[in-house]
Amino acid sequence: MTNAFNKSNLLVAVVALLLLTMPLWINAVGGYTALGTRVVVLALAAMALNFLLGFTGVLSFGHAAYFGLGAYGAGMTIKYIAPSTPLAILIGIVVGTLAAAIIGALIVRLRGVYFAMVTIAFGQVFFFTAFRWNSMTGGDDGLTGWHRMPIDLGFTTLDIQGDDRLFYYFVLFCFAVATGLMALILRSPFGRTLVAIRENERRARFLGIPVDQHIWLSFVISCGFVSLAGTLYALLNNFADPRALRWDQSGEFVIMAVMGGMRSFWGPLIGAAIFVVLQDYVSSLTENWQSFVGVVFILVVLFFPRGVLGIVQRKASA
Amino acid sequence: MQPHRRSVTQLILFNVFNGLIIGAFYALMALGLSLILNLSGVINFAHGGFLALGGYFAYSLMPFTGFWGALVLAPILTACIGILVERFLIRRLYGRDPLYSLLLTFGLAFILEDATRFIWGAQSVPFQVPAVLTQPLSTSFFFLTGYRLFMVALVIVAVSGLFLVLGRTRFGKRVRAGTLDLETLSTLGVNVQLLRTLNFGFGIYLAGLAGVLAAGMLGLQPTIGASLIMPSFVAIIVGGLGSLPGTLFGGLLIGLASGLTAVFFPSATEAIIYVIMGIVLLVFPRGLLGEEGRLQ
Repeated sequence: MTNAFNKSNLLVAVVALLLLTMPLWINAVGGYTALGTRVVVLALAAMALNFLLGFTGVLSFGHAAYFGLGAYGAGMTIKYIAPSTPLAILIGIVVGTLAAAIIGALIVRLRGVYFAMVTIAFGQVFFFTAFRWNSMTGGDDGLTGWHRMPIDLGFTTLDIQGDDRLFYYFVLFCFAVATGLMALILRSPFGRTLVAIRENERRARFLGIPVDQHIWLSFVISCGFVSLAGTLYALLNNFADPRALRWDQSGEFVIMAVMGGMRSFWGPLIGAAIFVVLQDYVSSLTENWQSFVGVVFILVVLFFPRGVLGIVQRKASA
Repeated sequence: MQPHRRSVTQLILFNVFNGLIIGAFYALMALGLSLILNLSGVINFAHGGFLALGGYFAYSLMPFTGFWGALVLAPILTACIGILVERFLIRRLYGRDPLYSLLLTFGLAFILEDATRFIWGAQSVPFQVPAVLTQPLSTSFFFLTGYRLFMVALVIVAVSGLFLVLGRTRFGKRVRAGTLDLETLSTLGVNVQLLRTLNFGFGIYLAGLAGVLAAGMLGLQPTIGASLIMPSFVAIIVGGLGSLPGTLFGGLLIGLASGLTAVFFPSATEAIIYVIMGIVLLVFPRGLLGEEGRLQ
């Protein structure tokens, strides 16, 4: 028991150290700072999805919708309302979370494959809205003509627009706060109840737990964090893309979570790092990188269904 | 009737008819998806990829077999590919978390789309249907081309065929029984493995057929499947989970709805079907014709 505790602490320490020093070594290994930022942003999205997938046992394939709503919420705030980065993030999160609260209420009674199917289908509403509402969203070309704004803290100004590294640390700060909150929620009685529902929904129901309400809340929390990731993604690219809302993006979040290990809190971070780096590398080599992504999906499903951390943990316990 | 009024009526009629045709497509695809989902619990995300494959197979076969030969052969070829996929990939995942089969077919959809782009090119290719089928039948109803009527007729034949097979043949009865209780069916000595494979092939056959028909109307491009798969999901959800007549009804309904929306509010043509889905789920969580106890 203490051994396992030490091991997970060690893992967190190593991950934290790697993330904190990323800008120092990423160029040396052939990457660039924005790639590191992308890993952190998508890792946050995958971990947020895993809050629902891995810890509540509910299969959502439509998280890109809330990711994209966050992105458009942030971009449109800066472009049309006020040039403020914190306000953009706040509005992005509110928009994504509200949409999740409404749609969650419609679908919370479904389970399993049906839940997955409905979440995918609902995601398309936002895709078509962004795609068709040319005058506001830029349609197919995405939302351009804006960029992230320096943050005024009163005593100093953080120039996250001009300084890539500073923006990386800003994103990392948001990541740390968000994952810390998720970990706290999962340790609370509410979080334990979610795991109980995952393990045996019927038994949880018999114990008098209002299962549907719990799943709804878990869905909303998960989508809230995904919207935060979406706002950061838009700020990173200074651009919001309708493809960030589409179903293939949802599938990529799921594969990141599975590849890293769904049953572990940090697994999706590792999955996101592997996926983003591979995608960056392969898309620079060939135009057919989509097939490559497809092959990764199939190989992971057939040969690594427990993910990287799942394999490590099984080896450790054996 | 004044000329202006007449043209409005014509416009509405045109879009109603168009909507029903599109709805028939959705239904054909959704019925195949439903067959597979009901018996095997697999959401076949690659269904759109198989549809595209059917269309492209017909395109490549046409110089040799003509349109009619391609219409017969292309769906069968597509079904054969489907059977291979089931046998070597999907079969390994039965009994595991549905997450995995969903991810696998997701990856497969990427691969199929890329493969069609690689083999036949990213540009859309022309798809010639016989001249007999392309003439409008009357000048005032210019949209009633023979091809469209032919498509509707063929969809009706295919759907009646499907329901006949399910209702009358031993295979169909086993599929229906398996949908209700696969374990008991297996205990009774039915080769469930084989049944699932054939059923998968049957579903893919319908996708291939839809692909040939779609190619004749919309032209062929690698993304043709991706644009038709989401509405098929909606058709299944609206119609009712686990109910094939529901799926058929759902497909026609959303096709009609998007056809009519195209007249009055064109920019919402795609979004309307999701609005309908939201309303249906709010009032009937199981869908319009969904059965009791099939939410899980």
